[in-house]
Amino acid sequence: MSEGIVTASYVGATILFILALGGLSHQETARRGNLYGIIGMIVALIATISGITGNLGILVVCLVVGGSIGLVLAKRVQMTEMPELVAILHSLVGLAAVLVGFANFMDPGRLSHYHGVELTIHDVETYLGILIGAVTFSGSVIAFGKLSGKISGNPVLLPARHWLNLILLLVSIWLCGMFVDESAAGGGTMPLLIMTAIALTFGVHMVMAIGGADMPVVVSMLNSYSGWAASATGFMLNNDLLIVTGALVGSSGAILSYIMCRAMNRKFLNVIAGGFGTTTGGGGPSVEEQGEVVALQAPEVAALLLESKEIMIIPGYGMAVAQAQHIVNEITKALRSKKINVRFGIHPVAGRMPGHMNVLLAEAKVPYDIVYEMDEINDDFPDIDVSIVIGANDIVNPSAQTDPDSPIAGMPVMECWLGGTTIVLKRGMATGYAGVQNPLFFKENTRMLFGDARSSLDEVFKNL
Amino acid sequence: MKIGVPKEIHEGEKRVATTPEVIGHLKKLGFEVVVESGAGDGAHFSDAAYSEAGATVASDAKSVWSDCDIILKVRGPELDGPEMDLLKEGQILISFLWPAQNPELLKKLADKKVTAMAMDMVPRISRAQKMDALSSMANIAGYRAVVEAAQNFGRFFTGQITAAGKVPPAKVLVIGAGVAGLAAIGAAKSMGAIVRAFDTRPEVKEQVESMDAEFLELDFEEEGSGTGGYAKVMSKEFIEAEMALFAEQAKEVDIIITTALIPGKPAPELIKAEMVESMKDGSVLVDLAAEQGGNCKLTEAGTIKKVHGVSLIGYTDLPSRMAAQASQLYGTNLRHLLTDMCKEKDGVAKVDFEDEVVRGATAVKEGEITFPPPAPKLSAEPAKPAEKPAEVKPVEEEKPSAMGPLITFAVGALALIGLGAVAPASFMAHFTVFVLACFVGYMVIWNVTAALHTPLMSVTNAISSIIVIGAILQISSAENRIMWVAAFAVLITSINIVGGFAVTRRMLEMFRK
Repeated sequence: MSEGIVTASYVGATILFILALGGLSHQETARRGNLYGIIGMIVALIATISGITGNLGILVVCLVVGGSIGLVLAKRVQMTEMPELVAILHSLVGLAAVLVGFANFMDPGRLSHYHGVELTIHDVETYLGILIGAVTFSGSVIAFGKLSGKISGNPVLLPARHWLNLILLLVSIWLCGMFVDESAAGGGTMPLLIMTAIALTFGVHMVMAIGGADMPVVVSMLNSYSGWAASATGFMLNNDLLIVTGALVGSSGAILSYIMCRAMNRKFLNVIAGGFGTTTGGGGPSVEEQGEVVALQAPEVAALLLESKEIMIIPGYGMAVAQAQHIVNEITKALRSKKINVRFGIHPVAGRMPGHMNVLLAEAKVPYDIVYEMDEINDDFPDIDVSIVIGANDIVNPSAQTDPDSPIAGMPVMECWLGGTTIVLKRGMATGYAGVQNPLFFKENTRMLFGDARSSLDEVFKNL
Repeated sequence: MKIGVPKEIHEGEKRVATTPEVIGHLKKLGFEVVVESGAGDGAHFSDAAYSEAGATVASDAKSVWSDCDIILKVRGPELDGPEMDLLKEGQILISFLWPAQNPELLKKLADKKVTAMAMDMVPRISRAQKMDALSSMANIAGYRAVVEAAQNFGRFFTGQITAAGKVPPAKVLVIGAGVAGLAAIGAAKSMGAIVRAFDTRPEVKEQVESMDAEFLELDFEEEGSGTGGYAKVMSKEFIEAEMALFAEQAKEVDIIITTALIPGKPAPELIKAEMVESMKDGSVLVDLAAEQGGNCKLTEAGTIKKVHGVSLIGYTDLPSRMAAQASQLYGTNLRHLLTDMCKEKDGVAKVDFEDEVVRGATAVKEGEITFPPPAPKLSAEPAKPAEKPAEVKPVEEEKPSAMGPLITFAVGALALIGLGAVAPASFMAHFTVFVLACFVGYMVIWNVTAALHTPLMSVTNAISSIIVIGAILQISSAENRIMWVAAFAVLITSINIVGGFAVTRRMLEMFRK
């Protein structure tokens, strides 16, 4: 294939990727968007592969083996495990960026190809690509560990961590200068390796310091990083397709993170700096015992549901943990067949990944037109007879509105307490990820249904 | 421990301190229960029902009193009554006692070396709501007051338009919107009457209105909330304004239900004789405060009487007139108190003064008078100031200063010029593409539906593995090291490509209408 056709293919692929992202913005066009993405990727691959000169066999084997692994992973994964899968896939992009960067650096043809300023810029690009890739890689691995429960979800805060990060950054910049100097002379392996180690440490440190409730932001932030890594690699290889696609992914990830932060009414930097829920949440007056909760049994809950006309279900991470989405759908169907209006209210940061709850409900075949976003339904609560909170805590915490000292003060929350009765399904009286006591549980119109969400709902369903 | 439930001996008292249902719960706590034969007759609980629930039925009162460690009663023993003699040392007696009004009784109980707990002294804190027997009884009294009023009122409560003509709805005025008042409002409302309510405590306005009744207000500023959620005595000016309102209402309404009580004081006189006179013929006045002197001086405690064609109902035994309901609620209140006293569930009730509820209720402990208890720490309905928490402004919109964007633009422009000055042309071309792509990404993603965040992320993840192209370009390198590194990169990115797209597809398949 001639250079012109390859470039044309790249333009085509770029357009297809943009259409893919655009298509994914709405339910109706989402499937088409995914298809565009697949076609774009195939076009880009064919165009690139057509240009290579050797080792085609190895390439094809790698593609097939990797592709099969990916396919099996995608088929096997439980919908509740989506955040983990996405996180670990991000780490692969990061690792690939590191590998490509090193491979590029090892290429001896580099020195003859670039001179002077061009060489400097090329070296800086390589350096950046590896840096971002390494941070993405180690950060994603830690995020995976946290999401899958292999590492504690609590933020781990080293003393003076901001200073530590600053020092790491300064050392990286200094190493960059050293690397550029040495690389012009043909060396530079040492600074590059040290920097990679620093970047890996930085990724670990950054994600370790972020608490479980902020995981949605972290996941989409790492998504963004993997894009930037691809973009930096594109600069290094003078490949516009990589630059454009990387920038698309990078900016879309950044915007998703921003949307998440806005939903929690927190500053992006604040989340990244980490430490949510430990610095302020542990003590303070809001944590003291605030009264007595009223517990219900499943048959009473069922009776309450049957008596009401408007029901709102507010799912949280607890629903995902208990895998309760299917029984939720059964209950929804049963109630809707009795002409009871059941709707779902989804808080933007419910779960451990943006849109986590929507995916779970979709998996259970809950029709998506009864699933609403917080902003769409928050004003309807006064007309709701019964709200069912399934394994959620901080997103229904009234102290976000009433207690200015609360660590979650100002975060928009689902105002379920304005409705008739709120039923909270919970395993015990533990606090949410933010570590704040929830006055909702002690409100007069709140009833608790203790136990595992799925077995409790099974019981409720039997009594319907 | 053995719990004994003797038959109430006060004349006309039909309630009983426990029901078969409650006995089941008490047995779970580890108690044994002895019920005097015939104790539940007035409330329609047979001896058979009690023994079926697991209680022992004792033939006479004497054996109940002598056998048991805890005695549950509705009314306390009378000062010189036979029950006083049956009390034995160390026994725990739980009933209504009204210790503030009956200091003599307390002394006598102390002499008997018993522990006496007054259900009427359970503090009004939110934790103790389930033991609040006064509220339970007030609720019944309020309901029954409407039923009694209906019985003596010659017309429908609800308005009707019938073939035989139009019937106007009855107008009911409820004075004092406490538990009894609210229950009366609810009952009258559900029978179809037009209900108005008045209370000196402005914070109950919301509760009244939540029951769909009209809250009458005075054009007068004074806070009527006392401690513990009860009302206090009001100033003279206030009372005058209040009287004027009642006088005006009396002419208009058909039924007045008064529930105004101030703890430890005689009931305030709210309905004067001339107001009764001004009421329409056939109207009804139910005075729930008749026992404490009455909100209307004309009512006589315990009876109905007609004055100027108005029926004045002064029954003091309204809860007892609904004995089954009252017994069930009272029994449950007692059960909750015993649960609180028997935390180990081993059948041993402890009078633990660390427990605020137990402390509040205990009037005599092992022969020592412990009344009055220290003031409760928390009130059930906090006074106004506490109720107004500092509200957090929902989302603080920061006003963007005009300088902010200007500075940003200036810095950005300087950085770009600086970059353009040193960077070669080829880099600038790539850089242009890069910046434009960032903006395209921003525009495309900005309006994404929240429900699609996860699929979007997994698709961008798949797309970001476009980095595979970098690896493919390097795989044909002659150098083995580079080739293998690139091959490995291809392997892992292709996991990502296929995995990302496939999982997105799987997710999108699930979204359906």
